[in-house]
Amino acid sequence: MNSKPIFQVENFGVSFSQYVKGIERRELHVITNLDINLYKGKILAVLGSSGSGKSLLAHAILGILPYNASIYGKMYFKGQEISQKDREALRGHAISLIPQSVNYLDPLIKVGKQVGFSLRQKSEAEKKQLVLQQFAKYGLAPEVYDYYPHQLSGGMARRVLLSTALLAESEIIIADEPTPGLDEQSLKEVLADFRKTTDEGCAVLMITHDINAARTIADQIAVFYAGSTLEIANVEEMTGDGSKLRHPYTKALLRAMPDTEFVPVEGTQPMPGEMTKGCLFSDRCAYKTEQCLAETPPLRDVRGGKVRCFHAS
Amino acid sequence: MLLKADAVTFGYTKDKTILKNIDFQIESGEIVGITAPSGFGKSTLGKLLAGYLQPNTGTVTLDGKPLKKGGYNPVQLIFQHPEKNVDPKWKMKKVLREAWNPPQEMIEEMGIRESWMNRWPSELSGGELQRFCVLRALSPETKFLIADEMTTMLDVITQAQIWQVVKKYARLHNMGIIVISHEKALVERLCTRVVYLDNN
Repeated sequence: MNSKPIFQVENFGVSFSQYVKGIERRELHVITNLDINLYKGKILAVLGSSGSGKSLLAHAILGILPYNASIYGKMYFKGQEISQKDREALRGHAISLIPQSVNYLDPLIKVGKQVGFSLRQKSEAEKKQLVLQQFAKYGLAPEVYDYYPHQLSGGMARRVLLSTALLAESEIIIADEPTPGLDEQSLKEVLADFRKTTDEGCAVLMITHDINAARTIADQIAVFYAGSTLEIANVEEMTGDGSKLRHPYTKALLRAMPDTEFVPVEGTQPMPGEMTKGCLFSDRCAYKTEQCLAETPPLRDVRGGKVRCFHAS
Repeated sequence: MLLKADAVTFGYTKDKTILKNIDFQIESGEIVGITAPSGFGKSTLGKLLAGYLQPNTGTVTLDGKPLKKGGYNPVQLIFQHPEKNVDPKWKMKKVLREAWNPPQEMIEEMGIRESWMNRWPSELSGGELQRFCVLRALSPETKFLIADEMTTMLDVITQAQIWQVVKKYARLHNMGIIVISHEKALVERLCTRVVYLDNN
C-alpha cells in the first residue's frame, strides 16, 4: 500500500507477571512479535482463534491492560511514537472501541445521552441535535434517543456504539468481535455499517475469528496465532484453494472451512508459558526444518503481503 | 431409536408463541440440521427436544415414550458458550468425568492435553473448554446429541477437529445428531437432511 499508515504496531509484546508459589513470580509472555499497520479508509481484520492475543492487542492500544502487564515494542500514531499517557489521551477521542454488546453501556442512562458524552464542550441542546443527526445517518429513529440500553436490539446497539465513535470524530475504530451469532441478513447490515464508517475516513481494526466475516468486510487480513502475527494477506487471497496465501497456518485455516475441505490440522495452539523457541506453528507444520525449531522467523515481505515463515516464497 | 416432536407449540409468555405446530423427527445415525435466522426458535426447539422445556401443546417422545425424568438423559444438549456449562469450582479432570470415563484415545483425538486436566475452567480458552464439554456428552448412553451452535465461537480448525471426532463416534455408536446453526456451509457439510424453520 502506498499511503502512510495512520497507526503502526511494531514488534509488540505483552507479558503478565504472575505469582506461582508464595512470593515466587514468573513472567508469562502472552503476546510476542506482533505487527500491524492501519490505513485511513481501510478495514484490517485481525483473525485469530481464542487465546491468540487479539483482544489483548485492542486493550493494549487503548492502554487498558491490567496493572501486572508490561508492554514491549512500539506503537506509532500518525508517525509519532505514543506512550501510555498518549494512549490515555487518545482513547475515546481519536481511538475508540466498539465493544461486543450493549453490556458496555450504562444501563441506567438513556442511550442518546450516553452517545452525547463524547461531545464535551457543547451545550445540551447542541449535543442532542448532533446525536439525532448521527442517528438519522445510521437509520436509527429519533425515539431511540430516549431508549435505555436494554431496549435496543443487537443491531441497534451496534449502530449506537458506532455513532458514539463517529461523534467523537475518531480516526481509528477498534471493533471487538462485531459479528458472532449473526445470521446472513444481519451480517450484511454490519458490513454496510462498517463500510460506511470507513468511507467517512476512519481506519477500522476488526477483531474476529470468523473468516467469512473477515473476507466480506476487510481490505486486509492479519492472522494471529499464539500472540504473534503470522501473516498479513490481502483479502482477495483468502479464497479458493489458498494457493496465493503465504503461511501454512493460513492455508490450513482455509482448508478447515466447512465450504472447502473441512479438514483440521493436528494439535492445538500453544498456551502462554508453553511457547518454545522458534516458529510457534512448528509443532503442527508439515514443512518444518531444523531452522524453524531453533529461531523465530522474522516478518518478511512476500508478494505484497507479510509472512512470518522461513519457507514461504 | 426415534426422537420425535409431534405438533409442538411453545411460547415463553402466554400471548407470544415462538413455535407453532412443529413436527420433527430424527432417527439413530442421522445427522439433521436445523437452520433459521436469529429469533426463530431454533434453540427453543433444541431445548424442547432435550426435555429442558415442556411444550404447551404437543409431545416430544423417544421411541414412543415420553422423555424420562431423572437419571442420565439420552438426549444431550451442547451449547454455544462452554464457560457457562462447566462448574467453575471443578478442575477440568473432574468436569470431563462428570458422566462417564472417556477412553484415553478419545481424549487425545479431541486434542485435549494432559496439562489441562489440573487447570480450572477459567484458565482455559473457549475452544479448549468446548472440547471437554463435547467429550463429556459423548458417553455410550447418549443416543442423540443436539449441537446448538456448538462450534460458532471457535476457530475453523478447532471446529473441523471437534466435528471429525463427533462424526466418527456417532457412526461407531449409531448416535443421532441435530446440528442447530445459522452457518449454512457448516450445516450443508455435515448433515444428511436440513430443516429450515420459517416464520411461524
